[in-house]
Amino acid sequence: MSNFGLYEDRIKNFDWSVTEKELEYTDGNILNIGWYCSDRICQKGKADKTALFYEGFGGIKKEYSFNDIRLAGNTIGTFLRSIGIKDEDRVCLFLDRIPELYFSFLGILKIGAIVQPLFSAFGDESLFVRLENAQTRAIITQRKHLSKVRKVLERLPNLEFIVIVDHNKTKELESKEIPFSLQESKPVENFEIFPTKGESPSLLHYTSGTTGQPKGVKHVHYSIISQYLTSRWVLDLQEDDIYWCTADPGWVTGTSYGIIGPWSLGITQCVLDAGFSAQAWYKFIEDYRITMWYSAPTAIRSLMKAGEDVVRDFDLSSLRHLASVGEPLNSEAVIWSQKMFGKPFHDTFWQTETGSIMITNFPGMKVKPGSMGRSFPGISGVVLDAKKYEPISEPGQVGLIAFKPGWPAMMRGYWNNEEKYREKFINGWYLTGDRASIDVDGYFWFVGRDDDVINTGGHLVSPFEVESALLEHPAVGESAVVAKPDEINMEVVKAFITLKPGFKPGPDLELEIMNFIRKKLSSIAMPQSIEYMEKLPKTRSGKIMRRLLHAKEWGEDIGDISTLEND
Amino acid sequence: MEDIKDLILNYVINEYLDDDDEKITYDTPLISSGYVDSFSMVSLLVFLENKFKIKIPPSKATPEALDTVNNIVALVNQYINK
Repeated sequence: MSNFGLYEDRIKNFDWSVTEKELEYTDGNILNIGWYCSDRICQKGKADKTALFYEGFGGIKKEYSFNDIRLAGNTIGTFLRSIGIKDEDRVCLFLDRIPELYFSFLGILKIGAIVQPLFSAFGDESLFVRLENAQTRAIITQRKHLSKVRKVLERLPNLEFIVIVDHNKTKELESKEIPFSLQESKPVENFEIFPTKGESPSLLHYTSGTTGQPKGVKHVHYSIISQYLTSRWVLDLQEDDIYWCTADPGWVTGTSYGIIGPWSLGITQCVLDAGFSAQAWYKFIEDYRITMWYSAPTAIRSLMKAGEDVVRDFDLSSLRHLASVGEPLNSEAVIWSQKMFGKPFHDTFWQTETGSIMITNFPGMKVKPGSMGRSFPGISGVVLDAKKYEPISEPGQVGLIAFKPGWPAMMRGYWNNEEKYREKFINGWYLTGDRASIDVDGYFWFVGRDDDVINTGGHLVSPFEVESALLEHPAVGESAVVAKPDEINMEVVKAFITLKPGFKPGPDLELEIMNFIRKKLSSIAMPQSIEYMEKLPKTRSGKIMRRLLHAKEWGEDIGDISTLEND
Repeated sequence: MEDIKDLILNYVINEYLDDDDEKITYDTPLISSGYVDSFSMVSLLVFLENKFKIKIPPSKATPEALDTVNNIVALVNQYINK
């Protein structure tokens, strides 16, 4: 029996206070996610229950109880306080998925500071723009990522502390660098939690848009109200579950449902810190007897590509419930999972800005393969007419996915960018930037983005950011970046470039430019292919017509080209 | 053979490893260890195709085939001089 029950029962008189009651929270009380995810679980008699099974590359295995993570959070919080970190200071986590990442997350929140998690594969420029925007005061990182931090340190006057969690004394420490070893620190039993309130800032996740630099999405401690309930009703987490969220906490799924959701419920979760391999993933499920698996369409399609035989080499009978997030889950993947695992992946739709699941195929309800599902109770989800910004009532008609603001995990702003934040709301609706239709049963069907942002493997890439970085390469004269269809990642980055005089197109230059972007931004933003052009299509006013290049890649009608510049 | 091996090993070290302290060998897993992620596999493939003037079909460029320098050498050798 699922936690959710019947949809009609749940939406009737729904109120978020259902979570507040379960969490014994009343408005105005202290609300601290770090405490709720560790101390409270211990107080509920689960101190010895396993909170984390960790497996790193090379067979490193570790197990931590809820009391262990409580102490680790206290210890890291104490250390941060000792160097002068205060409430609302931004502390960046620039770590692989090692245990210190998860414990630091709790420790930072416990002292009332703001966690700024960043994907550790980011290149130095991606790191710089996010640290500069947030005026980050401290960064917690590993030896292997230190060179990227050192490259940008001089340009970051606000960055005062570089905390290295695995310093082994083979490298000389430089200015502002401080070693910290959790293993060598005395566990801190008694710790005064900073008295954050519901509206106190908790997290800053960065997301990309079509134009401008990445935006810091500000969340508050009250987000736990949504994340807790959606973890119970959508991910169907139950007391004895062994849960695996495959997302990296550098992205919002990895914090909302890779830390806050499961741990606020006192659920045991698993982390595998290794690259993708179908065998390794299936073995991980078999070894830990994983019951609930939250993954992404790109990973599922990669598993499909690896074939059916490899699935049969493992005992995956422990799996009870499956869900997916990041990009639309195609119907083939749903049907395949039903065939291979005896249960379908349930698609979930939400965004960095929404903080928690908004639309989903609920456990126990009919799954329509290829559909995003229905709105979560308490969420007013609609599609809007693109011109009038009014809800479309006719089933099947495509419009802009929008939500009525007011759910607990909704972002509270973009960091230092009030103007962009305001642009997200029209007629009292929050605009997601995605398009869909709604069928007669209330199920949403994804159509595509409403802008030029590229969704590759569930990660949003700004064409503007890649185009700007391309122009910094000495050979590139002009650049235009669009999405290219891809079987596994749904979309990948494709760049069209013109060269400066003196440079010749060729495969070696293509590779050089690819690696240039990979190191500067990230592998996700690296163009998977580059096309040299004599000139880029532009309007008469000189604006690059990205739309034409996109249409070319997708085999679409190029539409109105009356504004195209002619020679 | 050693030349090809070292050429690939050095390329991987120079392009994908951020930390000078990290040591990898011909048998170190590259993909499954996370040194080279699935997006970066494309640049590794372009390097191999450019350097050895070969074309590797996408169906053969699997994470397993590219997982170690030794595996990569075996893959490249299937297409050299063909």
